[in-house]
Amino acid sequence: MTVDRAIARCVAGFAFLLMSLIAAFAQEETIPPGSPAIDLLRQLPEGSFRERGEVIGALADTGEVALVPILRALEAGSLFVVTETGQIVTTQADGDGVIATDVATGEEIGALASSAVEQIRVNNLIRREVRTAVSQLTLMSPNPARRIAAARDMYASANADSVETLDAALAAEDDDAVRAVMEEVRAVAILRSDASLEEFEAAVSTIVARGGSQSIGILQGALSTASEELQPTIQAGIAAIERNLALWNVAQNIWYGLSLGSVLLLAAIGLAITFGVMGVINMAHGEMVMLGAYTTFVVQQVIRTSYPELFDWSLAIALPLAFVVTGIVGIAIERGVIRFLYGRPLETLLATWGISLILQQSIRTIFGASNREVGNPSWMSGAFQFGGLSITNNRLWIIVFSLVVFAVLLFVMKKTALGLQMRAVTQNRRMASSMGIRTPFVDAMTFGLGSGIAGLAGVALSQISNVSPNLGQTYIIDSFMVVVFGGVGNLWGTLVGAMTLGVFNKFLEPYTGAVLAKVLVLVAIILFIQKRPRGLFALKGRAVEA
Amino acid sequence: MITHALLRGLDGKAWLVVSILVAVAIFVPASNLLLSPGHPLYVPNYLVALMGKYLCYAMLALALDLVWGYCGILSLGHGAFFALGGYAMGMYLMRQIGNRGVYGNAELPDFMVFLNWTELPWYWWGFDMFWFAMLMVMVVPGLLAFVFGWFAFRSRVTGVYLSIITQAMTYALLLAFFRNDMGFGGNNGLTDFREILGFSIRAPETRASLFAATAIMLAIAFVVCSAIVNSKLGKLMIAVRDAESRTRFLGYRPEYVKLFAFVVSAVIAGIAGALYVPQVGIINPGEFAPANSIEVVVWTALGGRGTLIGPIIGAILVNVTKSYFTIAYPDLWLFALGALFVFVTIFLPKGILGIATGLMARVDRRRLPPEPTADAAKPTPAE
Repeated sequence: MTVDRAIARCVAGFAFLLMSLIAAFAQEETIPPGSPAIDLLRQLPEGSFRERGEVIGALADTGEVALVPILRALEAGSLFVVTETGQIVTTQADGDGVIATDVATGEEIGALASSAVEQIRVNNLIRREVRTAVSQLTLMSPNPARRIAAARDMYASANADSVETLDAALAAEDDDAVRAVMEEVRAVAILRSDASLEEFEAAVSTIVARGGSQSIGILQGALSTASEELQPTIQAGIAAIERNLALWNVAQNIWYGLSLGSVLLLAAIGLAITFGVMGVINMAHGEMVMLGAYTTFVVQQVIRTSYPELFDWSLAIALPLAFVVTGIVGIAIERGVIRFLYGRPLETLLATWGISLILQQSIRTIFGASNREVGNPSWMSGAFQFGGLSITNNRLWIIVFSLVVFAVLLFVMKKTALGLQMRAVTQNRRMASSMGIRTPFVDAMTFGLGSGIAGLAGVALSQISNVSPNLGQTYIIDSFMVVVFGGVGNLWGTLVGAMTLGVFNKFLEPYTGAVLAKVLVLVAIILFIQKRPRGLFALKGRAVEA
Repeated sequence: MITHALLRGLDGKAWLVVSILVAVAIFVPASNLLLSPGHPLYVPNYLVALMGKYLCYAMLALALDLVWGYCGILSLGHGAFFALGGYAMGMYLMRQIGNRGVYGNAELPDFMVFLNWTELPWYWWGFDMFWFAMLMVMVVPGLLAFVFGWFAFRSRVTGVYLSIITQAMTYALLLAFFRNDMGFGGNNGLTDFREILGFSIRAPETRASLFAATAIMLAIAFVVCSAIVNSKLGKLMIAVRDAESRTRFLGYRPEYVKLFAFVVSAVIAGIAGALYVPQVGIINPGEFAPANSIEVVVWTALGGRGTLIGPIIGAILVNVTKSYFTIAYPDLWLFALGALFVFVTIFLPKGILGIATGLMARVDRRRLPPEPTADAAKPTPAE
């Protein structure tokens, strides 16, 4: 366990290093020659702390963004003065001596003896001045993103002194997004000052509007110092934020649940068709999903080597291909094996399990047992913030996709001739046959359709899970659970079942952990089946008992 | 009365199986211990353990045949009962390690010390006693089967639905046993055993005795199953398999018949698991994998379900082949197994034994006047 923590610390440290590096690169600008800042810098080591504080204030007034890293270095005590020339430098240890870099010009001066440089001393007064100067410089930066970042940086340290800085910045600010952040920070600053009651209440409501757990911390901090009459306002504010957070938490869980549900829906919906219409337990269904995912992989490989500019279209190309490939494999299985086993569902289950083993091993032989890399096109990657929800694009697309597949399937079942025949065969095979429906043809098409949809699911799942020969195995039991829970032969049942299971799972997870949540869901389904052996939306009629 | 029933179980078929098993139980250990390694009839140590394993599998397949072949319940979760029995035995063996573990803790198994547990969880109490552990080997799988079956059969969950939820059951147990917090060793399971009843578990004598015990237990299980299927209850089981609704309308309670068969079968599977663990030296959650349970089904199907002997032949045959394939052509084994599933279901619905009896019946028919065929006597299933 301690090892884990140490690793986590290393990773965090590394990430921090990387971020500072990026920050360092971002602030590469140097002070333009002739700027008053250069002269002011030279005055830094001279005079009393108070005088030097004024120098820093004057530096801030120049508005040179390039001063920010220098001032930070000063605060950290890593700014030196070369005693002979008066140059301000940063140093790097080099054997006995140091290598100095002039901060004003960014030029390397070269190796010096350690005694040739002297550290510029700082005290708390200087540090405070530096911080104010830095925020003033960054808040005035021409780059809005940096202004926002600067305002955010002030969150933790904001105090009465910051109000003035922020007011000045707000007066000059015309970007709404930046204004919003600045106003929030200003509210925090006011909370920590002795402002009037109205101002205080306005500040509380601004922070409540911002929400988030950090705001609770700020308000609680204010609670300890605030006067008697302000206490109820702040407490009400905290309660409001907590309510809000709880709501967003529920929303986030629902979102995760729907996301999981859409994956389940994709995996199960093809099964619902083959199971529902034909009464065939297709244990190889998971392998159809896997074949779809591998089709995507092959398509992407071809695109990568031959037409790299088409990469963003790879999924659009893979979808019809996967449908056709898995559909054909499905029809082949139906014609080759399952056809001989109608009316013997248990045997079908075993035979299709055998087929699934063969398909898995074939893929393992061709592509190897390890995970294959399937890339996300640019429009699938990334995330955005919606209120308190963080939504990743690929999850969003998969939810949309699963619903589209569902809608198309519903259309096929309800509005096309094939769908009509399928439903007729579901309800009464013999009667349908007597009415002139070619039931063997309908069976083959149904199986092909179910398998093809599994292939589509595979394309989608390749975006969020590992593409390996075992991909199908991970989904098969879950998809059976969905179908059994939702009720056989009813697409709506599958939709409701998948989403219910997904949401239920995600709501349990925070309390029980992922594995136990899954176990509990399985137990719940087993119990549920006792109560309703035919699922949520059961078919009625004589056909059911057959 | 029970003696009487058991004796009736010893029909001609059973006599044959029991005598073969007893002969094996005597011959293999004797050859292993008494003959010198150079002797042509000498059975090497590794083979004793391997054959012991096959016999455990055969017992598991026999248990499955009782429910599937005679009662029509296709359980895809029999591996769970097997593994539970194995875990009960494993817990006893863990407690026998005493203070000889890596951490030298006399009270706690190593993995608990590793997890910083300070005392033995309540469900480990009593497992230092052999008789208690053996009781649990039968009680735990039996109880699970009873509770599960009670709910499932009473609400008339049948056919593929039942198969799927039994699969879900073993899958849920798989996930649960993978958790370290469960107190069963997480994904490492239980291993590193030392002693059973005071004998070193690695000694050839112990291994030979375990083998003999397995063969004898298999023989006993066979006699019990045979007695059950030959009794009136056995006829009822077949009736439930072939026409459940009709049996119910005749005034029987099919759910109790099924429950009885399911529980007995689970207990036999549990015993098989308990015999399996000391011979392979490890039990881990992988035994709960749904794929294992389905494999058992194909052993049974290959040998011929509803025959009791068939599953034993099927289990040994498939596993011998598996041992051969996984060494000679490891990449081809899954192809072979997959093809076997398809082949057996399409071409051998009655298994090897079905073909054998079919051939024999043809020979008989030539000698005797034609009788009404079995098909005509068989009631058509209710729709």
